[in-house]
Parts: sequence; structure tokens; C-alpha cells
Amino acid sequence: MFVRLVYESFRRQKRRKFLAGAAITLGVTVATAMIAVATDIGDKINRELRAIGANLLVTPQEDSLDLEIGGVNLKPPTDGAFLDEADLPKIKGTFWHNNVTGFAPMLPVNAKLEHDAQQQDVTLLGTYFAKQLAFGKEGFTTGVRTTHPWWKVSGAWPDDNSHDVLVGEKLASRIGEKSGDQITLSGRQFHVSGVLSTGAAEDDQIVAPLAVAQEILGKPGAVRRVYVSALTKPEDALARRDPKSLSGPMYDRWYCSPYPQSIAYQLQEAIPHSHAEQIRQVAQNEGAVLTRIEGLIFLITLAALFASALAVSAAMATAIFERRAEVGLMKALGASKLAVASVFFTEATLLAIIGGLAGFAAGGLLARQIGRSIFDSQIAIPPVLLPVVLVVAVLVTFAGSAAAIRRAVQLDPVFALRGEL
Amino acid sequence: MNAPIATPATSNSPRNLAARRSQAQHTSMFLRMLVRAAVLRRGRATSALFALVVAAAVATAMLNLFVDVQAKLQREFRNYGANIILVGRDGASLPADTLARVESTLGGRGLVAPFAMIVARTDDGQAIVVVGTDFNRVRQLDRWWSVNNWPASPKQSLIGVRARPIVSPKDQPFDLTFEGHAIHVAPAGTVQTGAAEDSRIYLSLSDFVAWTGVQPSTIEVAANGSAGDINAIMNQLAQAVPAADVRPVRQIMEGEARVLGKTRSTLLAAAVLIILTAALCVLSTLMGWVFDRRRDFAIMKALGASERFLNGFFAAEAAALGATGAVLGFIVGIGVAAWIGRANFHAPVVPRFSVLPIVVAVSMAVTLLSAIIPISLLRRVQPAVILRGE
Repeated sequence: MFVRLVYESFRRQKRRKFLAGAAITLGVTVATAMIAVATDIGDKINRELRAIGANLLVTPQEDSLDLEIGGVNLKPPTDGAFLDEADLPKIKGTFWHNNVTGFAPMLPVNAKLEHDAQQQDVTLLGTYFAKQLAFGKEGFTTGVRTTHPWWKVSGAWPDDNSHDVLVGEKLASRIGEKSGDQITLSGRQFHVSGVLSTGAAEDDQIVAPLAVAQEILGKPGAVRRVYVSALTKPEDALARRDPKSLSGPMYDRWYCSPYPQSIAYQLQEAIPHSHAEQIRQVAQNEGAVLTRIEGLIFLITLAALFASALAVSAAMATAIFERRAEVGLMKALGASKLAVASVFFTEATLLAIIGGLAGFAAGGLLARQIGRSIFDSQIAIPPVLLPVVLVVAVLVTFAGSAAAIRRAVQLDPVFALRGEL
Repeated sequence: MNAPIATPATSNSPRNLAARRSQAQHTSMFLRMLVRAAVLRRGRATSALFALVVAAAVATAMLNLFVDVQAKLQREFRNYGANIILVGRDGASLPADTLARVESTLGGRGLVAPFAMIVARTDDGQAIVVVGTDFNRVRQLDRWWSVNNWPASPKQSLIGVRARPIVSPKDQPFDLTFEGHAIHVAPAGTVQTGAAEDSRIYLSLSDFVAWTGVQPSTIEVAANGSAGDINAIMNQLAQAVPAADVRPVRQIMEGEARVLGKTRSTLLAAAVLIILTAALCVLSTLMGWVFDRRRDFAIMKALGASERFLNGFFAAEAAALGATGAVLGFIVGIGVAAWIGRANFHAPVVPRFSVLPIVVAVSMAVTLLSAIIPISLLRRVQPAVILRGE
């Protein structure tokens, strides 16, 4: 009898069931989408923040002091120590290699630019543009195009294995070169593939593939410094502690958290004779920005959950209120309060599960759409979310129905059947 | 018609009711019906009003945040330091009054710090970059500098962590020489940034100029405001200081624009979803309420109320409810937005009264819609059918 009551109620009151179910579906859709966005927003904004540039810098351990004023390098080019280019792919072998979005080695050398039969000193910066590298079996592409996204080239980016160079826009306008021209540097001819604009010191320099700079310097494999762009976690009290003073389990926790400090520590381990440090301007501030945005989206997700819980409750209350005549009839025929309530609660549970499933699927699609249109990347829905969302949907539906069911059950069947309240 | 059996809300004694009604004689029938309908069915009216207040509050808070979040995050981004740099053309020093001119052009819309640089030699012949600057300004502009002790008195210096073992390993005072002139400075503290600053020595600008005679060649500006404001400031600066190259720090500006844009889009998507959900919640509650009153509707119709009167009655009721709910919700929403601002950004969100008309208009539209749908359904039904309870 009980099963038939519930079954017939779904079969005969399709419109009402549909309306209540739609409200639950909508509520769960919004909740799922917002939770998915909120859990993923940290990662997404972190990636956007990488646009500000590398947050870690690797230098040789025994390096002499930098002598640079206004982007002009005054340090004798052979002075100081170098890193070995062959060690660089090891960056992808560290514990946090998935968090390293890219790295770019830099080797500034002095070159003689021959122009109008005159010679002038220019800084030539050797680097990777989009270099194909491999660590073990894993291949990856890295270079300034990932780590320095604000570098703009009119013309074409040079190939990393070619002898093409980029000329900074100020230098280019001074010597009247444009892309496609040939320039003579330290007695060698180079093809200019494009003009580079960075808004900083590189506008007065020539940027070339790393191998070209090494050739001019006469030191194959030499790298002055490496800029590493990594996704990090905002610093907390643990992050600032000295790893040497930490006990075993604390050290493991420190080592296995993507703090700027611990990633720097691992880079130092991976590259022999190196010193890695966070670039505080970038690393410190991105933590603050990230915390603010995550906090904001978290609070807004709470508001969304509240609004959808309210919508579901309101729809359920209305749906049950409309059926008080039915309750009156059941009670007049001798059904106990418990029997009536259990019919309604069973219906509510069924609705919540159906609506919850549909809403979860729709919410997943919505979150994907938001991810694709705003961040150009997928927003993943953690599968753990499904049982959580279903339980919450059932609880909210119950809570929303409870007051209405109580009122309906307590009603005198006489009034209910006459349609008065 | 059935005898008026007491509904739960009419628990007032008949005499009380009569007394109140006689006092209310001068109010029109229309108004009286409006008010009594809300008072007598207090429970349902309250729940409808509650849904409306919550929806309006959520909408107000979201709109307020959406408008304000940009300014809040821009402030957060100013911690990245300068977004505009003024450099003397071809590395030349800037005229002595440049700093004052930059400050007056900015007029409090940002922070400024001057930098002068030379290469000096230590006693043992080590070349090192020495920078003259204003420590108080740098402290505010470059908040990421990790400094253990800022210099407070003249002839004190701030030494980069990499330079310290070379120039002053035991914290002893040391000499620096530039073009034959020497200066004797004491180390006050060390600075660590992870960038070029680590291999430099910083002096106060007055000591630096007295020693070298070199004026600042670089002025860093952290200007507040949107991308448009900053472009305008750059143009003004270029006009005020013709001797300087004014250029944006592109990595900061582009990073900021990207993050702000994405955050705002996410917020907009969230706001649309939340407001839509809240509006649907109001719609379903109110429709239930109006549908519930089909007997009132039928009685009015049976007593000869015109179609226009009925439409007007329910529309006026909905509009009144919508306006009340919107105003109450606006107040609550301002509170919620202020709380979120304080909890997350440690600064209150300024109430935007420009949001109020939008919230009122949308709430009234939603309430009117939720009154019109059931009424147009009921209009086709004969009053007798409704009154029979079918």
C-alpha cells in the first residue's frame, strides 16, 4: 500500500513533482558548480598570477656580486661562476615538478655590434624561447614564452636551435634595424627574426638562443641564472622556519608542501653548486592576492549554498502545502500521523536523489563551461563531491519539508477536506 | 457560503475587530483589503517577505561586492610595488625638482620613491653597486623587502645579503670610494629580496648626493586606480617631466589586469547564478501564496469585483511586498557586504546606493510576475468551482 501510494503520487501528480524536482535540480546545480569553482579557483588564479613572472631564481652558489645598473651589465663576462646547462632538465625531476610551470636560463654576454662601420657595446642575452627538453622519458617545452608572458615580439620568435636573434625595440629604433635584417655581432652575421618589446632592460639588448650566447662567450653549457616559475602555496608560519631546525615529521611536512622556500630548497638539491631563492616581490605578494581571492570566492560559495538551500526548502514547502486535502483524506481514512509523514518523507527523499543526480550532472557541465569561458581550462569535479551533494540535498529537502509536513499532519481532516485553513 | 469559521490568524475577539474597523472607516476599501490580507495571513505573508528579503539581501551583497572588489584587489596589487617607472633619458640624472613635480602630479594617488645608482669600490677593490634612496618611501613602496633593521641615522647603510660577507662580514663600519671621494658608513641592517637588491648597498639620498654629487636617475611610482587611471597618470607624468622616459612596468600591469579580469568574471558568473536562484525561490514562494488565496479571489469575483480591480489588487499587493522586501533586503545586504569586506579584505565595502533602484526594480518585477502567473491561470476558472474547493 505504502509503495503504491508513493508510486501513484509520482505517476499522477507529474506537474507538481516536476516543479519541486526542478527546484531541487536547480539548487544542486548552482551548489555543485559553485563548490567546483571554489575548490579550483586557487589553482586557476595561481596560474594567472604566473603572468607576473618567475617567482624563484637559481644562481651559482659561489657567484660574485651582480654589477648591473639600469639593465647594463658591468660585470666582466667571464667573472664569477656558472651553472651547467646539462643540469637544467633535473628541475623536472624534483618532488614538485608538476608545480613547475616553466623555467628560463639566462646568460648575458657582452658583444660588439657593428653598425655603420662603427662598433658599439651591447648586451646579448642568451635564453630559451620555447625549448624542447626531456627528463627521463618525459618531454616538455620551456623558455621565456612561458615564464615571461609579457614579452611581445613583432615578427617571429627565433627557433632555439637556430642562429636567429631578437633586437630590443629601443636598440632597434636607434640602429634602424627591423625584422628580416642581418646584423653583425662580434664578427658574426645573424638574422633578426623579430623586434622584442618588454618594457624593461631587454628593450636595449639583443636576445638570442642560449647556444649563441655560449658561443660568443666561448663557454659551452654555461648559464648565469635560471628563472623558475612555480605554483606555490601561500606562506605560513611553518614555511618560514629553517628546514635544518625541523624535526623529522615536521621536516617531511615542510618538504612536501609547495611553499616557495621548499621548492627553492629542492631546486638547490637538484642542481649541483646552485643557490635557489624566492624572488620576494613575486612570491610574497602572490600569496596575499591568492588568499584574498580564495577567501572571497569561499564566502560567495557559502551565499550560493544558502540561496539554493532556501530555494529548495521554499519549493518543498509550497508543494506539500498544496496537498493538504490529500493529507486530510488519508487521515480521515484512518492513517496515523507517522504513516502520512513517512509517505511525504519518502517522496521527498526520492525527489532529492533524482534532483540531486540531475543537478550534479548539470552543475558539472556548468562548472566546465565557466572554466572554459573564463579560464580557458577545465574545472575538474572531484567525484567525492557526488555523495556529499546527495546527502546535503536530501537533508535540505527534509528540512524544507519538515515544517510543512508537520502543519499538514496536525491539520484537522475536516478543515483540510473543505479546503480551508 | 460557509460560515466564517475562525482561521488560525483571526484569533482576535470580534469586538476588538469591530472597534478597529470602525476607526478605519475613512481608509478606502482597496487599502483596507491590502493591509488586512497581509495581517490576517501573517504566516504566509511573512514567509513570502522573508524569501524576498533574503533574495534582495543576497543580490545587494553580490552587486556591491562586484563593484567594490576591483578597487579592493587593485589595492592588494599595489603591494607588488611600482607600476610606472621614470628613467632619465639615456641613463642621465633627472633634474633636482623631479621628485616634487612627480608628487604634485600624483596628488596623493600613489607612492613614489627615487633611486640614484653608481658603482663604487670597497677598500679591497671590490666593485659594488651603491644606491641612494629615501628609506621611508622605499619601506612603503617595496613592502616585500625583508629588512632586519632600517637605517635611522645619517651615514648608516642597508646591505644586501649577498654583499654583506664581502663588505662588512663582522658588522664593522667600512669605506666606499667613488671617483676619488670616500665615505665611511656603518651597517644598520641587511636587505633580502631574492633579486638584484641582494648584491647592493643602500644609503640615504642626502648622504649619497653629498658624497657623489649624483642625482636620482630613476623614480618608481606605484599609482592607484584602474588601467585607465594609470594610463592617464602616465600621460600627466610624461608632460610634467619631459626629461624622463615614462614607462609602465608591464609584467605587473598585465598580471594585474589578467587576475582582476578573471576574478570579476568568476564573481559575475556566481552573482548571476545566486541572484537567479534567489529570484526563483521568491517566485515559487509567492506563487504558492497567491495560489493559496484563490478563495479570496473567487469571493471578490463572486461579489462583483471587476477584472481590472482584481488585477490591480493583486498587482498592488505584489508591488508593495516587493518594495518592502527590497528595502529591507538592501539594508541586510549592505551589512553582509560590509562583513565580507572586513573579514576578507580588512576594509569595509562602501555601500553603493546606486544598487538600490536596481534591487527594488528587480524585486518588484519578480513579485509582479509571481502574482500575474497564478492570477491569469485563475481568471479562466469560474468562482463557483474554486469556492467548492475543486
